Amino acid sequence: MKNLVAPFLIFAALLGGWEYAARSSGVSAILLPAPSAVFTYLVHAAESGELLKATLVTMRRLGVGYAIGLCIGLPLGMLTAKSHIARNTLGVIALGLQTLPSVCWVPLSLLWFGQTETAMLFIVVMGTVWAVILATDHGIRQIPPLYREAAETMGSRGLHLWLRVLVPASLPYLVSGSKQGWAFAWRSLMAAEIYVTILSGFGLGHLLHYGRELHAMDQVVGLMVLIIFIGFAADKALFSPWERFLRKRWGLSSS
Amino acid sequence: MSVEAELAPLQAKIRLNSVNKIFSTERGDLVALQDISLEIGETEFVCFVGPSGCGKSTLLRIVAGLERGFSGDAEVNGAPITEPGRDRTVMFQEHALFPWLDVLGNVMFGLKLKPGLNDKERQEIALYYLQLVGLNGFEHANVHELSGGMKQRVALARALAPNPRVLLMDEPFAALDAMTREQLYGDLQRIHAARKKTILFVTHNVREAVCLSDRVILFSPRPGRIRAEFQVKLPRPREFNDTNLAALARDITNELKVILGPENRPV
Repeated sequence: MKNLVAPFLIFAALLGGWEYAARSSGVSAILLPAPSAVFTYLVHAAESGELLKATLVTMRRLGVGYAIGLCIGLPLGMLTAKSHIARNTLGVIALGLQTLPSVCWVPLSLLWFGQTETAMLFIVVMGTVWAVILATDHGIRQIPPLYREAAETMGSRGLHLWLRVLVPASLPYLVSGSKQGWAFAWRSLMAAEIYVTILSGFGLGHLLHYGRELHAMDQVVGLMVLIIFIGFAADKALFSPWERFLRKRWGLSSS
Repeated sequence: MSVEAELAPLQAKIRLNSVNKIFSTERGDLVALQDISLEIGETEFVCFVGPSGCGKSTLLRIVAGLERGFSGDAEVNGAPITEPGRDRTVMFQEHALFPWLDVLGNVMFGLKLKPGLNDKERQEIALYYLQLVGLNGFEHANVHELSGGMKQRVALARALAPNPRVLLMDEPFAALDAMTREQLYGDLQRIHAARKKTILFVTHNVREAVCLSDRVILFSPRPGRIRAEFQVKLPRPREFNDTNLAALARDITNELKVILGPENRPV
């Protein structure tokens, strides 16, 4: 508990300073909303159900896009780890496209799929899949050949060898790869929601975008806070159990 | 199958006839093993000794089925060796335990692949072997929590658990400290007496070989060949620091020096 006192005081002082600056500096609330205004927005938007609705829309897109990204990325990563041809083709493509910020897919996605959910998903998947492929590939390659040999001498073959040895042996890399994929998916979706307006559901990115158009900076900052919070909470909920397991069993942390 | 039947000691004859193994490298072909012919009897404990690069580990891997692409015949109980199998389990120099499983999970790994047993029986068998290697009470420990010696004990229990006919040991104690090693010499002799397996043991330590085996086979490198054999007829159990044992080890070492010449002396 003692360790929490200093951070709490520092954060309280920062917020207090921000509030004071917003009230006393005479800068327009459009440029610098006070934290109290941001808080008020969040409370009102939460009460009206607007935030919950937008959060659900966003999380659904994220969940589906991320799941598709994992389903494509994990097997392809295993493929590039095991096949020279796949490594020299798909592996190179993955390496190249991973460096492309996913917002760069927006124009193409809009042309191909129009202003639809598919366009949104496409951007998220493109943001996720390459990182997952690279991490899986790396993970499978890191497995000491000894594990495989030891398993084979005990009669493990084929699917059993994959599911009981190669996949668990690369678990630390799969977890950090999935985590990285998650971070990319989250960033991609926010980019997609800010740039792509569609009528099938307003996500958090849209709300943020409209906040800007309405000059409602309390809304913009409030949503930024919420997006940070959701990203943080999802990361903890999804990956903390795995990381705890890795620390306990392997005696290491995955990051 | 009952637990009792599963625990019945098994062993096998090994026959190697004109085995050759060539590794193709960028700098040309390397003859790892040349014309190896050898018969190993049931329950026999045989040590392969020689300097690095003499092919002793390669020969062990051929018997394990891990090394493919050799010429000549390699048979276990008359059946040609083509792939790894749980009748020939291996203990490696590095423990090779699976970090995603606890100690019991590691020992159960091979047992779970054995048909005809239920999970309760498998667990009973695994606990028997953990007790045999002196690790009762550690079944739910994680691998990284164990000392080097304990890890090798788990690896030994894991290799013994599927009740192989042949136990292959590739310098399993080389990375351990002297005290732990001497303890394990005692344990391994006791286990060999109790489990009556055919054991092939690779080492570069002559005294270790004399302490453990019925027969010491000496290899020389480039190309890897069998150069000499020594029967060890000392009474068991043997004490590593026993003077007769030390004297025999010294005699063998002296012969090795003559056979190998000055540049190929074993350590």
